[in-house]
Amino acid sequence: METSPNRLPPPLGMLVNHDKPVSFRFESSQYTGLAGDTIASALAANDTWLLSRSFKYHRPRGVFSMAGLEANTLVQVGYEPNVAADKRKITSGLEVTGQNYSGSLANDRAAKIGLASRFFPVGFYYKTFFQPSGAWQNFWEPIIRKYAGLGQVHLDTPRKYYDKKYLFCDIAVIGGGPAGMSAALSAANSGAEVLLVEQEAVLGGSLNYGRFDTDGKLAPDLRDEFVATINNHSNIGIMTDAACNGWFADNWLPIIRGHRMYKLRTKELILATGKMEQPAIFHNNDLPGILLGTAAQRLIRLYGVRPGRRAVILTAGDDGYAMALDLLENGVNVVAVADLRESFDATPMYEKVRSCNIPVHMACTVFEALSDKHTCHLRAVELRKVASRGRCGNKVQCYDCDLLCISTGFMPAYQLALQAGGRLVHDERSSMFSITGLPASIHLAGAANGENELGAEIESGRRAGRAASKKLGLTVSGHALPKQVYPASYISTNHPWPIFPHPRGKEFLDLDEDLQYLDIVHACQDGYTELELVKRYSTIGMGPSQGRHSALATARVVASATQRTVSEVGVTTARPPLHAEKLAVIAGRSFKPKRLTAMHNRHLESGAQMIIAGMWWRPAYYGKSQHRNRCICEENLAVRDNVGLIDVSTLGGLEVRGPDAAEFLNRMYTFAYSGQKTGTLRYLLMANTAGTIIDDGVACRLDNEHFYITATTGGVDNVFRTMLWWNAQWRLDVDVTNVTAAYAGVNLVGPRSRTVLQQVCRDIDLTSKSFPYLAVRSATVAGIPARLLRVGFVGELGYEIHVPSLQGEALWDALLDAGHCYGIKPVGIEAQRLLRLEKGHLIVGQDTDATTTPQEVSMAWAISKRKPFFVGGRSLQIIERHQSSRKLVGFTIKAEQGDTPEESNLILDGNAIVGHITSVGYSPTLDRIVGMGYAKADTEPGTSIHIKLKSGKLQFAQVVDMPFYDPENKRQNM
Amino acid sequence: MPWNLLKYGLAPKYPARRDIPAPRDLKKSYDVIIIGAGGHGLSTAYHLARYHAINNVAVLDKGYVGGGNTARNTAVIRSNYISPEAVAFYKASVEMFKNLSNELGYNQMYSQRGQLTLAHSDASVRTFALRAEVNKHLGVRSEIVDRQQIREIVPCLNMDENMRFPIQAGLWHRDGSTARHDAVAWGYAMRAAQMGVEIHQHTEVTGIQVNAGRVVAVQTDRGTVKCNHAVQAVAGMSSVVAKMAGIRLPVRSFPLQAMVTHPVKPFLDPLVSSSDLHAYISQTARGEIVIGGGSDPYELYSTRSTLDLKESLVANTLELFPCIAELKLLRQWAGITDMTPDYSPVMGTSPVKNYWLDAGWGTWGFKATPISGKCMAETLANEKAVELIQPFRLERFKTFTLSNEAGATAASH
Repeated sequence: METSPNRLPPPLGMLVNHDKPVSFRFESSQYTGLAGDTIASALAANDTWLLSRSFKYHRPRGVFSMAGLEANTLVQVGYEPNVAADKRKITSGLEVTGQNYSGSLANDRAAKIGLASRFFPVGFYYKTFFQPSGAWQNFWEPIIRKYAGLGQVHLDTPRKYYDKKYLFCDIAVIGGGPAGMSAALSAANSGAEVLLVEQEAVLGGSLNYGRFDTDGKLAPDLRDEFVATINNHSNIGIMTDAACNGWFADNWLPIIRGHRMYKLRTKELILATGKMEQPAIFHNNDLPGILLGTAAQRLIRLYGVRPGRRAVILTAGDDGYAMALDLLENGVNVVAVADLRESFDATPMYEKVRSCNIPVHMACTVFEALSDKHTCHLRAVELRKVASRGRCGNKVQCYDCDLLCISTGFMPAYQLALQAGGRLVHDERSSMFSITGLPASIHLAGAANGENELGAEIESGRRAGRAASKKLGLTVSGHALPKQVYPASYISTNHPWPIFPHPRGKEFLDLDEDLQYLDIVHACQDGYTELELVKRYSTIGMGPSQGRHSALATARVVASATQRTVSEVGVTTARPPLHAEKLAVIAGRSFKPKRLTAMHNRHLESGAQMIIAGMWWRPAYYGKSQHRNRCICEENLAVRDNVGLIDVSTLGGLEVRGPDAAEFLNRMYTFAYSGQKTGTLRYLLMANTAGTIIDDGVACRLDNEHFYITATTGGVDNVFRTMLWWNAQWRLDVDVTNVTAAYAGVNLVGPRSRTVLQQVCRDIDLTSKSFPYLAVRSATVAGIPARLLRVGFVGELGYEIHVPSLQGEALWDALLDAGHCYGIKPVGIEAQRLLRLEKGHLIVGQDTDATTTPQEVSMAWAISKRKPFFVGGRSLQIIERHQSSRKLVGFTIKAEQGDTPEESNLILDGNAIVGHITSVGYSPTLDRIVGMGYAKADTEPGTSIHIKLKSGKLQFAQVVDMPFYDPENKRQNM
Repeated sequence: MPWNLLKYGLAPKYPARRDIPAPRDLKKSYDVIIIGAGGHGLSTAYHLARYHAINNVAVLDKGYVGGGNTARNTAVIRSNYISPEAVAFYKASVEMFKNLSNELGYNQMYSQRGQLTLAHSDASVRTFALRAEVNKHLGVRSEIVDRQQIREIVPCLNMDENMRFPIQAGLWHRDGSTARHDAVAWGYAMRAAQMGVEIHQHTEVTGIQVNAGRVVAVQTDRGTVKCNHAVQAVAGMSSVVAKMAGIRLPVRSFPLQAMVTHPVKPFLDPLVSSSDLHAYISQTARGEIVIGGGSDPYELYSTRSTLDLKESLVANTLELFPCIAELKLLRQWAGITDMTPDYSPVMGTSPVKNYWLDAGWGTWGFKATPISGKCMAETLANEKAVELIQPFRLERFKTFTLSNEAGATAASH
């Protein structure tokens, strides 16, 4: 096995398996890493640091945080764009490429644009590119658009499997570092059911990679003890490799782990999310080879990778000295430490570094970093004295190095807390942050709470665990936390101003967006002084890292430029998700049920063309699509002359029961139902509060306190919801149940329908005298218990037969059988639409729109004047006093007369639009084109209307009385 | 490289251009106080100063310039509405957008990429047909396109006939465009301020004084300021502010979520929306995919994000664009939409004399920014609602002469 030049031996590399090499490709070169490696760590082990090109200036970029927090490491992995190379594990044969370059990653032709950066001031695209008119869209935008974006979307991306799962617990702890583990243990000891969520592969957090004492023993010992105790605790569930990616109201947490999103509801929430190390700002602070201190530590301990050969450290506290010891122990030559502080009390960590003869430069900073022309990697840093805040004095020394570790400060991982309503508070004296204003069910622990010392973090975890348990009425018993042996001498500080502007710029506040110090100062000078405006104007914090590494520096620079405090400036609103999340994970399996009626297979067997109606599939007509018109025509005539069978199972069905059932319908619908006799049915018209028609159907009174009502296919869910909503206020003694799916229904219709029905229904008298139009009966049809409704939607003698869904198919078969010798035909909804049009019956939603009132469609007869109240009643009273400008009229055109108008063609008055055609079709019964449409309110039968055809031609149509067919309604009464 | 960038590179000192004026004291009185420094308020201020010589104007905002719905919308500009009055109104707005960069001297990044709205049901096809007919009749470029044409306009769409709700047809609106939403507010702010309009950020209106049926002063957390006229342009808080003047608006406010992905190389030019799947999708100049959807189902004044809506919206988006399944969502946010019963705005006169309404914008405020400012300014200057906004008068709710736009939402609400 070839050895990678930067690979460190075990026990370093707790996440990798030193015995398992894994091969993959990056930029068409073959690399070998170890199982458990990320793309970035495997490349780093092979001394490959250049990973990507930056968004704007195409600057070379490499590993920076090793925590998947910034755009630097975004690479393309097969179909997947913008993959964080420092998070994604390598697998055998993985194909990885760099992004956003022209030419090669090493030699990006587009990088030249960086040379002209002084001509691209902040917000430059607002200041120019628009003259002459159209210049932006036709010239500049296409150029700029060419350079937009990072990775690539492949149009043939396959859909993979993703899903979701629900979880519940008493106390969730987000973050498995020292504070989180401590919190979980103390909470679990109270008897609470605890879920500990950690985004890394193992518990431990900073204990896994950090160093808290001079000999480096404390962290591993403490971790082992913690992890062993937690693993043995029966009350603690552990999720690793799991990112809690947002906070939603009432502790509703999406936790993403691989291809699954867990949705967790927790009673109490402990946020132990830790802290985010922050960069220092100086010239070329973005070069590959410049790492956050914790990134170097992660490389060493988590992945067993030596982060460089010659290192300089920039620090302002013990973090940098601990870093120096880590590097020294692992074969890195630490050539200098630059400490931003003027003076400080010597700590053991500092003393130990001094004892190793490493030069320490006090009150010193990196003035600039220099890069190697060929490799683009860091080759040297120039140290200068800090003259005053943000100003460099004399040159101290230039050190050759290939690694610069920055440990100058951090801020709490505040995002989840702020999403939950917390506020970030900055102490101007200590430069430390704290979070206030959280809901009572959320507790902070550790560095997220502003703690900056290991012992205090663990203690704060314990407190949070206790507090959460107490909220649940539990008391913490027992003591399972590891013994307290934390050194208090370790000083981790947050330097207030690690920002050093350079005469030549390129000191980046935001690496994602290539924004330099002066860009932010200039944005303020241009008047964009509010932080949100700074963000929007400069785009700072808008890139993939969402300000995780720029928020602090931005707040400081804006505060300074506008004479405010960091607290006053604040940070921009924290919004979910915490880390960018794959759309496929959010979507999951995306259930989209199809609703099929009980007779669905029969329709298919009969050659029906199916169409979508709401969630349902319904037969449009029976026959081949090339014979569409003929099929519809034949079905139409079957109903008019003979007998047809229509599947009406999709119609909504609701049971309304209780002493107040009639009163309830009185209030919900425009008509009156108190006096309705048992065994009869009545038309239902529903309006909303504005008096607009929103649904219709029929009400069957089955007994005094029981109605069975129908609603439209698309409207029933809304009708049901609306009913519950109203009755939550009225509190009538009534029960409403949506039984749409429980019943199958057919409409057996046509002059011979009674004859057919008599074959299979012998327990009631079907004659018109004892079972007239608008009556409802219970009977047995083909041995199936059924409700029979005599309705007249299509204007012929007919019976709607409703039976339990499971019996739908049997009913269908029995009726077709019984009707066989009478020439019965199954009829689809296209013919049904035409049949009802011939009768002038409207379809809510097609012949009505979002403001149609009963008055406009000549249905004032369906409004009861004697009721004290119904929904929409008050509006309808007002509407009655105002003449509407339009009304629905019927019109006819001779069949052979020119082009046929279509639905949605405009009806004009002069050149003004007065309405449109809502329904139109050729009526085989009448051999004419018949239609309905909105015309001026004063349009009378006998006059004509002007229709603007799709072609633009005008067509006259004769306005006539409706219904077009059987105006005396004799046929439905037979 | 355009010449006017040279000065930035060559000048020894940054030639700052103060777009948003620095904070200053409030005067005791103004001719006009505009409540809300969003696009509409600033557009109104600009038109008052530029075309009506009314520049003793203060624009007040409780937050920062353009921080409300101006900042939160998904920057769709279109005029493919369903009612003739709305088509005429938005058509005028689109015309103004076309020249806005030059009018303001501020690049609005206006880009006419066309908008494709997809129908997955018979009902939508029928509504689209009506919209196309109304649009064509009034000179707006809209047409019904079939599946083959849709494939050509947006090749990456899922045209599978076996998807749950297959795409049946589309409404192709060539005038559909986008612009940089923030720049609209900033451009108006800059020009208005240059003509003497005062912009006061962090100045919250706490009350409106009405005397004998006429507005006389506006109370703020920085003191009371007299005025001859007041305009409210506070999308998301319309009914709350109107109530201060004793006016009850028929407005219900719902949160509306939107989200954006990581930037990727451009692959989607037109703006795409689906009225049946409640989603609209476009790619920004930066390469991010912006996704918007339907409102949350309950009234709320909170702009918090919700998970459930994100899940269903993304699922629907992937139905349309399976190719972006592996792309990552970066940020989610919400705005508050003030919905009227007929989905049309409330503009013009109010029951209080000299108190002018610019409210009830629902999801359509951004695209109306230029024209509403123009109309409001003209209305105020003449003390009479201009004809274009007559159909949107508040009194229509008393007489039920509604202007129905419920059928023209890009996603239903």
